[in-house]
Amino acid sequence: MATYILKRLFGMIPLLFGITIVSFLVIHLAPGSPVTIQTDLNPKMTAEARERLLKFYGLDKPLHVQYYNWVKHLVTFDLGRSFATDNRPVIDKIKERLPITIFINVLSLFLILMIAIPLGILSAVYQNSLFDRSTTVFVFIGFAIPTFWLALLLMILFGIQLDWLPISGLKSVNYEYLSAFNQLKDRAAHLLMPVLLSAFGGLAGFSRYSRSNMLEIIRQDYITTARAKGLSESQVIYKHALRNAFLPIVTILGLSIPALIGGSVIFESIFAIPGLGQLFYNAVMGRDYSLVMGELVIGALLTMLGNLLADISYALVDPRIRIK
Amino acid sequence: MKPETIKNGAPETPWRLFWKGFKKNKLAVSGTIIIAGLFIIAIFAPVIAPYDQDAIMVKEILQPPSQKHLMGTDELGRDVLTRIMWGSRVSLLVGFLAVGISVAIGVLLGSLAGYYGRLVDAIIMRFVDVMLCFPTFFLILAVIAFWEPSIWKIMLVIGLTSWMGVARLVRAEFLSLKERDFFQAARALGGKDLRIIFRHILPNSLAPVLVSATLGVAGAILTEAALSFLGIGIQPPDPSWGNMLTAGKDNIEIAWWLSFFPGFAIFITVMGYNMLGEGIRDAIDPRLR
Amino acid sequence: MKNIFLVFGLLCSIFFVSCEERSKAPDQGKKEAQTDRVAPPAYGDTIIEGSIGDASNLIAMLASDSASFDIAGLCYNGLVKYDKDLNLVGDLAESWDISADNLTISFHLRKGVKWQDGVECTAHDVMFGYQTIISPNTPTAYAGDFQEVAKAEVIDKYTFRVTYKKPFAPGLASWGSVVVLPKHILEGQDITKSSLTRAPMGNGPYKLKEWKTGEKIELVSNHDYFEGRPYVDGFVYKIIPDTATMFLELQAGNIDFMGLSPLQYLRQTKTKTFQENFRKYKYLSFTYTYMGFNLLNPLFQDKRVRQAISYAINKNEILEGVLLGLGEVATGPYKPGTWQYNPEVKAFPFDPEKAKALLKETGWADADGDGILEKNGKRFEFTVILNQGNNERRKTGEIIQRRLTEVGIKIKIRTLEWAAFINEYIDKKNFEATILGWTIGQDPDVFDIWHSSKTHFKELNFISYKNEEVDRLIMEGRHTFDREKRKQAYYRIQEILAEDQPYVFLYVPYALPIIHMRFRGIEPAAAGITYNFTKWYVTKAEQKYTIQP
Repeated sequence: MATYILKRLFGMIPLLFGITIVSFLVIHLAPGSPVTIQTDLNPKMTAEARERLLKFYGLDKPLHVQYYNWVKHLVTFDLGRSFATDNRPVIDKIKERLPITIFINVLSLFLILMIAIPLGILSAVYQNSLFDRSTTVFVFIGFAIPTFWLALLLMILFGIQLDWLPISGLKSVNYEYLSAFNQLKDRAAHLLMPVLLSAFGGLAGFSRYSRSNMLEIIRQDYITTARAKGLSESQVIYKHALRNAFLPIVTILGLSIPALIGGSVIFESIFAIPGLGQLFYNAVMGRDYSLVMGELVIGALLTMLGNLLADISYALVDPRIRIK
Repeated sequence: MKPETIKNGAPETPWRLFWKGFKKNKLAVSGTIIIAGLFIIAIFAPVIAPYDQDAIMVKEILQPPSQKHLMGTDELGRDVLTRIMWGSRVSLLVGFLAVGISVAIGVLLGSLAGYYGRLVDAIIMRFVDVMLCFPTFFLILAVIAFWEPSIWKIMLVIGLTSWMGVARLVRAEFLSLKERDFFQAARALGGKDLRIIFRHILPNSLAPVLVSATLGVAGAILTEAALSFLGIGIQPPDPSWGNMLTAGKDNIEIAWWLSFFPGFAIFITVMGYNMLGEGIRDAIDPRLR
Repeated sequence: MKNIFLVFGLLCSIFFVSCEERSKAPDQGKKEAQTDRVAPPAYGDTIIEGSIGDASNLIAMLASDSASFDIAGLCYNGLVKYDKDLNLVGDLAESWDISADNLTISFHLRKGVKWQDGVECTAHDVMFGYQTIISPNTPTAYAGDFQEVAKAEVIDKYTFRVTYKKPFAPGLASWGSVVVLPKHILEGQDITKSSLTRAPMGNGPYKLKEWKTGEKIELVSNHDYFEGRPYVDGFVYKIIPDTATMFLELQAGNIDFMGLSPLQYLRQTKTKTFQENFRKYKYLSFTYTYMGFNLLNPLFQDKRVRQAISYAINKNEILEGVLLGLGEVATGPYKPGTWQYNPEVKAFPFDPEKAKALLKETGWADADGDGILEKNGKRFEFTVILNQGNNERRKTGEIIQRRLTEVGIKIKIRTLEWAAFINEYIDKKNFEATILGWTIGQDPDVFDIWHSSKTHFKELNFISYKNEEVDRLIMEGRHTFDREKRKQAYYRIQEILAEDQPYVFLYVPYALPIIHMRFRGIEPAAAGITYNFTKWYVTKAEQKYTIQP
């Protein structure tokens, strides 16, 4: 097992290299420079002052030197300073945004698992039943509605008309004066809609996947054998098939992390949640070069870690993997 | 391809078999009808649209649906139905070309990797892994925002960031087909690489690619809507469903028609493509029938 | 804050938009503010303002976004400020003397003003701030006015003196910006890395309690504020990036104060909930929107062509379509109602026939009958660029496009991402026409925008307007303190600009703030509504939030 993990870790090195190159190139091949946004609003900005800013940010050096310098700092998790006027270290800015995004994504992953897998499996077991058909329609609808539109509709329904849930943000204004229990309730109420929505989009893919996966398993020889042995149908399904159906889904979970992180841009913006997605959007619009690169790298790292975790847990349950 | 499919003496080609399954699949057929309908609207938009897409009437701002304007008017008094029709061109085009690009890249890299194996395979697959690590939407956002947004760039970038699945599919298909007899035979007969790839392997790996492509089109349309929500999608005055929906969101409580119709158009289209994809999948995979 | 800077459309916030001088018909808010002053002012409660963007840097001279200015403005005071009628009055400075030759200003500072850590704020802090802003190591955009200073001196603890190279009329007002900084904290530090960028140490009415990046900025009142403790205890700046969400939050009562769009003002706030809980205000903002021509382009060199385009554009239609009537037609670079505004310049009412006639006069005719004018075989078409993300400008562009087609001019609209828009197109003069806006400063100096020396790369006269008389008048207005003389100069400048139409001046929009009913003491005036923010209050009975000390 240890060798497997080690091997996997080793395999990450070229990936890391590739990630830094792609992140760097995407940003540096673009026209324009970050100094413009800071200076162009200013009637009083002189040409020398612009030069000074360029130097200040090291933008006067050739591309490969900039890359080298950047990677050199990257190894020590020094992502440089933000180009925004606050000039804060990029890593600080990411650090304060990371937890909430991860938290919401983990919750919605969990939710997806809890809903999608049973849905998919039941659909497979009762293939072509009314249940199967209505599930299919339901997950398709979930996939086909643009998230932000659905979010707005739900906000109007639950936030204004029914007045059951808070509309946006993470906590109420009077949060600090609430009792511990009410604080928890306040937080949970704020998270409910964002988590549900971010899970909603993912449901379709997962339930379809687990459905077809299960269908395949049901037709396998060992299931037929189990049936032939005279086991009851529920025993066949729940004892033999289920275990095998769960496994591959774990790997898919890892792969879905990038989509979740990417999707966070939209619902963090609409629900006013100060997470990575919003930070990234602001960074991109403000041409905050170092922050954009930093976030691309961190986002990719998160995915890599997610995949690693998925693979390891897969290997833990399924010994065949380790040998490969 | 299985021997038992030969009936009545007439050989069943995979395509005919596929068609048989497809015809029977209600999902696939309704998906096809929806998409065909949308294409007809898109193609004939200039002829069938009741108004000029840019006809601004400041006296008729935000009129609810009526006989005069079946889907109401927008913030500048333009006819929403007209703009939905014109917008279908943009949205369908984005979906189509973006996926075209991603399929082209995916098939190319996937077949290279699958066919040649070894170093070529290793390099390409590492690259796929790298790309798969990035939150795709982050990459798209970065590129679109740093370069100015235009319809072509949006298509290109969506294409460039979504080919990995196809590449993996094609490669896997290659690896399994390589073991088959017809491939070995083609090689033994001294076929050229390209010829083998194009004549023998690609057609066989086309079906799963097709499924993933239809789903990709749906995804691309949604991505354009998301970009529009952030203000960097298709730029006005060109109407796209995404930017119409976004323009409608601020007035959702006083002018529901402004966001409802484009939202519904996106919904129907995405549904159509999904149903089609699902249908094709069912039709090619006999086990799932 | 500053003379004039490009309006970054999205972030145009309430705090820096002021109001017209001649009092507009009062909105319902004013009436009520006068009638129901029953309960006495009380300390307490919190006001929550919604903003689509977070602040970036709370040292104002390092910031370039309005959110940062809003917060910094509540934490720091300048030497002077504008009162409700837009007269300069003392702030940190109790009084000032201007020498007979108009070259020297001596500021006499208020005694006993304390930084929030208890240290006294003195002339040394003013000096320190001045040195910081002109230092080449300070990445600031606002050094321009201070570079006109020839000499700055600390005479004694409470007297600060500046001497200008030439009499400089905008000089006094420039000391109203947040330039005074706590020397005892910042001295010897790299200002860009100072903790004050995140946690201000000010001398103003509010101090920072907590800044949760991207979520909210919370301020509490400064009980030792030199003008007296503000009534409202707390100020929360709540960041909600999506405009639709923000409006829903307002509806749900989670926001007390935000700026409305014309549609929201007119059509979405008519419900009972709104009428019972909120007051709306309406006043002309200090901004204007225009369409500018690149005068280096042969297409626009004849002023009759520019006039024709101006006649062909229906400004009232734009006002109605884009602002739903909530604004005024602009005629020049100043706000209607200010002392420098000249109401009697040449007007360009919508007159397509006149436009066609003028175009014909200059040799443009539709020879081939395709509906587009030609001259020497060239069609009259051009591209208007504008920045992405500004709904009003986009709609304006679409309306102009429509109208110009009707007189045979074909235009294309190109929306560009802001940085590229400025950097690649405006700065490099790589454009034909553009729709943009300017913030109008309180001081009428327009040197940066209209003087012919300001046409270089990356300077603000990017349309390359050159007029000797305007140049002379600008210098005249800049270097005299005589208001009557200045007024004459600026009146004449407006006449020339109207005749020349280097810009088609389009509109001055209204600022449309909405505030929760429980806040009292709001008195709309020339300066807008927030000038007396520290005097706003909520009666004890109506207080909604409590801040525990």
